Amino acid sequence: MKIVYTDNNATTKVADEVIQEMLPYFGELYGNPSSMHTFGDQTAKKIKEARQRVADLINADPEEIVFTSCGTESDNSAVYSAINTYPDKKHIITSNVEHPAINNLFKLLKRTKGYRVTFVPVDKKGLLNLDVLYKSLSDETALVSLMWANNETGVLFPIKEIAQKIRGKGILLHTDAVQAAGKVLVDVKASGVDMLSLSGHKIHAPKGVGVLYIKKGIKFSPFFIGGHQEKGRRGGTENAASIIGLGKAAELAKAHLPVMETKVRELRDYLQNQLLEKILSCSVNGDLERRLPNTLSIGFDAVEGESILLMLDREGICASSGSACTSGSLDPSHVLMAMEVPFKSAHGSIRFSLSHYNTREEMDHIITALVPVIERLRAMSPFWKDGKLV
Amino acid sequence: MWDYTDKVKDHFLKPRNVGELKDANAVGETGSLNCGDALRLYLKVNENERIVDASFMTFGCASAVASSSALTEIIKGMTLTEAAKLTNEDISDYLGGLPKEKMHCSVMGQAALKKAIANYRGVQILEKPGQVVCECFDVTDLEITDAVKKNGLKTTEDVTNYLKAGGGCGKCLDRIEELIESVNA
Repeated sequence: MKIVYTDNNATTKVADEVIQEMLPYFGELYGNPSSMHTFGDQTAKKIKEARQRVADLINADPEEIVFTSCGTESDNSAVYSAINTYPDKKHIITSNVEHPAINNLFKLLKRTKGYRVTFVPVDKKGLLNLDVLYKSLSDETALVSLMWANNETGVLFPIKEIAQKIRGKGILLHTDAVQAAGKVLVDVKASGVDMLSLSGHKIHAPKGVGVLYIKKGIKFSPFFIGGHQEKGRRGGTENAASIIGLGKAAELAKAHLPVMETKVRELRDYLQNQLLEKILSCSVNGDLERRLPNTLSIGFDAVEGESILLMLDREGICASSGSACTSGSLDPSHVLMAMEVPFKSAHGSIRFSLSHYNTREEMDHIITALVPVIERLRAMSPFWKDGKLV
Repeated sequence: MWDYTDKVKDHFLKPRNVGELKDANAVGETGSLNCGDALRLYLKVNENERIVDASFMTFGCASAVASSSALTEIIKGMTLTEAAKLTNEDISDYLGGLPKEKMHCSVMGQAALKKAIANYRGVQILEKPGQVVCECFDVTDLEITDAVKKNGLKTTEDVTNYLKAGGGCGKCLDRIEELIESVNA
């Protein structure tokens, strides 16, 4: 069965060019980049190139790039460094729709370290309440950590505007740009953030490699204590092949940015409009404008997400849901709940996240498959009768 | 992905006895749109109190649909007295087991059946005895201690998996912990 992969906010296909770039470093070129011989130095040179490529993607300087093992490590490193930088400040700020790598860490700091945490709310479109954010800033605030783009809805936060408000207040600004990089322009200099997290496997590099951008001049205390690697900012022998792959992926992502804005956005809009037209009682979650070009979160009244996904799975379609039943907890996603998406459609919300590999034919396949799936599930739902929610 | 048995997948993809039963003379409903799953069970009971037909309508995940389908297959041909003895484990066993996080789907089947039988007999199900502990999912302390005793539950997570209690806002988790301790003391 042909797979139609529209779960690119979960992970992406490793690009063929990336695999080719990595292969020698799994095989014959196994040298340690720290070694004092030419053999190891070949790896070091290639890592240097990767660092430059990643820096180019986000308009950073190569020395500002630290390679990590994943987005979660980058997020954790940034937060712990910030609170170590300002040990006397006991207030930290985030939003209530963050990825668990931030959300759960902030909850832990609140519970175990006595931090006062402000979880800034979002409105019904998933947009951040900037008034609450700005009013919560104080002399006690050590860190503001906000995602650039939301993984479930694709909604964008105005990081640049926020950075301008925070500047000069002695507060560090970290952004989790894991979902934004490669989909919209991420420019660290123009945005003015202090730290920024990236993940390789969201941009067609392999799993197990991430990046933390640390602005020059920002005090950083490492999370991994070890050797001198990454200029002492992250101990541990470099994951050379993956870092080299991420370098190639970053180069490709930069080249593909215009494709995201054109082809991918058009495919997403086509899928969205066709589903809204062909299926009754469904609605898009999140602001339609301030949103990633590849993401569609759409809720179908009176049916449940896991059932939809498993039926789509039979047609080779990969998507995901914010619904409880797929995540092991019982409530719908904290993102949709924070947006006050009504239960009637929150439980039946599906996320399609596209990449430049997707085609119009694949969108048509999804539309053709999804219409009867929703009909079938509604036919057995006690909340659906005579073509409407009851 | 959930590790569903072939039987669960089969009952999800080809559910038996779906839809409204036109000549039903008993109906039992449980769950809600808010909870994320709900089941309406229809029974046709003959003069000898035997279930001659059963059907269901379900909103929920694959295991909720499969549990509902299995329930209707199990109870067809039973007398009400026999059906009243059915447990959620019987439903789960019929399906070759459910992931523990999904046990509440079988509990939902048992609850709907209980309500349908009461509906047939014209008995009003009285307010549940005990005190409501979980307000999100309307679960009482007696239901929790009962489930802990019968199923040997050890953690709040177990209780959530069986009864959903504590799976919403989480405010009642401390109270659930106390109840588990009181049973296991």
